[in-house]
Amino acid sequence: MAQEQSYYVPDQSKWPIVATVGLGVTLYGVASIMVNGKQGESTTGSWVMFLIGALIMAYMLFGWFGSVIRESRAGLYSDQMDRSFRWGMSWFIFSEVMFFAAFFGALFYVRVFVVPWLGGEGDKGSSNMLWEGFQAGWPLVNNPNPEAYPGPNEVIGPWGLPLINTILLVTSSFTVTVAHHALKAGNRQKVKLWLGATIILALVFLTLQIQEYVHAYQDLDLTLQSGIYGSTFFMLTGFHGAHVLLGSLMLIIMFLRIQKGHFTADSHFGFEASAWYWHFVDVVWLGLFVFVYII
Amino acid sequence: MSAVADTHSQEHHHGPAKGFSRWLLTTNHKDIGTMYLIFSFTMFLLGGSMAMVIRAELFQPGLQIVQPEFFNQMTTMHGLIMVFGAVMPAFVGLANWMIPLMIGAPDMALPRMNNWSFWLLPCAFLILVSTLFMQGGGPNFGWTFYAPLSTTYGPPSTTFFIFAIHIMGVSSIMGAINVIATILNLRAPGMTLMKMPLFVWTWLITAFLLIAVMPVLAGVVTMMLMDINFGTSFFDASGGGDPVLFQHVFWFFGHPEVYIMILPAFGAISHIVPTFSRKRLFGYASMVYAVGAIALLSFVVWAHHMFTVGIPLTGQLFFMYATMLIAVPTGVKVFNWVSTMFRGSLTFETPMLFAVAFIILFTIGGFSGLMLAIAPADFQYHDTYFVVAHFHYVLVPGAIFGIFASAYYWLPKWTGHMYDETLGKTHFWLSFIGMNLAFFPMHFLGLAGMPRRIPDYALQFADFNMVSSIGAFMFGATQLLFLFIVVKCVKGGEKAPAKPWEGAEGLEWTVPSPAPYHTFSTPPEVK
Repeated sequence: MAQEQSYYVPDQSKWPIVATVGLGVTLYGVASIMVNGKQGESTTGSWVMFLIGALIMAYMLFGWFGSVIRESRAGLYSDQMDRSFRWGMSWFIFSEVMFFAAFFGALFYVRVFVVPWLGGEGDKGSSNMLWEGFQAGWPLVNNPNPEAYPGPNEVIGPWGLPLINTILLVTSSFTVTVAHHALKAGNRQKVKLWLGATIILALVFLTLQIQEYVHAYQDLDLTLQSGIYGSTFFMLTGFHGAHVLLGSLMLIIMFLRIQKGHFTADSHFGFEASAWYWHFVDVVWLGLFVFVYII
Repeated sequence: MSAVADTHSQEHHHGPAKGFSRWLLTTNHKDIGTMYLIFSFTMFLLGGSMAMVIRAELFQPGLQIVQPEFFNQMTTMHGLIMVFGAVMPAFVGLANWMIPLMIGAPDMALPRMNNWSFWLLPCAFLILVSTLFMQGGGPNFGWTFYAPLSTTYGPPSTTFFIFAIHIMGVSSIMGAINVIATILNLRAPGMTLMKMPLFVWTWLITAFLLIAVMPVLAGVVTMMLMDINFGTSFFDASGGGDPVLFQHVFWFFGHPEVYIMILPAFGAISHIVPTFSRKRLFGYASMVYAVGAIALLSFVVWAHHMFTVGIPLTGQLFFMYATMLIAVPTGVKVFNWVSTMFRGSLTFETPMLFAVAFIILFTIGGFSGLMLAIAPADFQYHDTYFVVAHFHYVLVPGAIFGIFASAYYWLPKWTGHMYDETLGKTHFWLSFIGMNLAFFPMHFLGLAGMPRRIPDYALQFADFNMVSSIGAFMFGATQLLFLFIVVKCVKGGEKAPAKPWEGAEGLEWTVPSPAPYHTFSTPPEVK
């Protein structure tokens, strides 16, 4: 609890309102792209709106994080402020965990209940009457109504690219930890080396993931439209990939900040938060590897 | 913003900035709390006027005023606006104003993010309300937006609705993170967890619920988005998905959500009842544990909303018993409030009137909830007006009376003036009578079999519906009186002392009324 120094309450700030406008314009643009696109109308205006929103968001992120970094380097933050940041980041990661939990929950529910029921087993086996002759199985390659949802020819096995990706991500969790210890020891050359290695591992992961998607779409007919297997597969791995991208951006920014001489041996929460996030992304991948690819 | 300017800002505290930029750029928890409260009341009036449209249409059987398509949009938007626009922001507003004052903190832990949390709400509701004017109209599938009504059969504007929900979710999650960081990190020295005021405790637990379930809501609307726009089959059985999956994920969010809307009211009532009983709260520790128990149980009861949808028998049994368990901690709370009043020196100022009505009427809503929890009986009640009666009894005299009670209780602290007691009591009695007149007959209508969400009904339901509509108009019109009372109180009135209620306890009463722009820059010592 509080051993009180003066607590930093920031002055008026334009960033929240810029962020609101940015997010609103971006998402309104995205929604218009989808709605107009579906109705076969022109989406040019929507794209322009989306891009303007995205630019505002980028401006805001640079500006807002920039002022936090400046305040931090000016020594305005007490230990208490540091704890607020820590609580904030921890609960943010918890919220992300719950977001993935929704998709994992959907996957489990579908595999344990829905597909067996549709196949005629269990308490609600009578749903088999909807599509008689439907055979339950997982990975689900023959959907109940193959005309509406043509299934994939094949799905992606765990022991090729996914295994390599697992090794890459687990290794990157170690390398980022080594970098963190180096930072605490004040050995900045070593930080750059290991953080750089982490970033390279992350980018290789992303490249392989893209390759896997191309393979799925072009060779296996495994797409978003190929029924519940494709839906859960792409949503889980896709959102994970998006989080890896975000995590990589965070690590890259940390790398640039190290280059600029930011952070000290005992004050580097930006770095720690990125490392936490990176570990979170890694743990989600392990869940994916087990429940999406292996089992 | 330069670092140089920042160095100054912490040194000398100055008053609010002039003009509109004060509100746009503010980082002050009191300003942000005020904005939340104003926004909430605006949405309350907007959602309320939609309820008036609904009750006007239902005044008599037959179609008189609106078309069924528009009626559906009204019921949907009424629900969404009241839940996400009126009740939740009102409690966040109270949290912003009161939590720092109650724990002796200078502000919320992350003040700029706090401002962002607020401003996202008008943005989200602008998008949501704009869907009413889009081609095909706004959301018309009920506030629970069940698939496939909202996916296969929804209007084109559903995609905008989804993004509006996303923005609300971002706002709620950031608001909740801020509340937790503030409570866990900024308490005055000496204020241990078990010395925290109950409003703070209930908000800590509410914030945890918010962070746990708002991302799940984001998940389920994202699945909808993908089903609508990208051909996935989460909620389509022909692709191996399941429309019931929607309901599971939605209610995993939705059930904790109803506690999000009531727990802060529990906290506020736990301050108001002791104050006007001039006694300490009976059973403080058990109150804290009861709130914790309610919150934990809220994660394992969601399927009681889905008894009739076709879930396995074991599932029905589990969710029935788990739901009934919630009556135990809730009962602890009700008995503690009653015991607090027992042999107290009671006076009935407006906050206390609302609080006492809260205890009685919320309990009625709780009991009809128990009736609905009985799976075999629910087959009869499901989707009837009995359900509408039930949740309006927990939300109107529960959440909303809780908010009114809090507003009257803390208005002197916010404005520095006493509100007009006579008008306040008038507001209470008109609301009390109007609300019961509106919602009590719905129990009978539901038991007699009148379905929810219909613009027209069989003739035998006519009398009760007319009574109900008259009550609703009365309740609705009365809320304009509340607006008048608050405006009058802001503009002037009897000067309020630092502690206007003799029985009140807590740090918020140690600062002058109105509370200065910056409070507790140096933290108080809590014994």
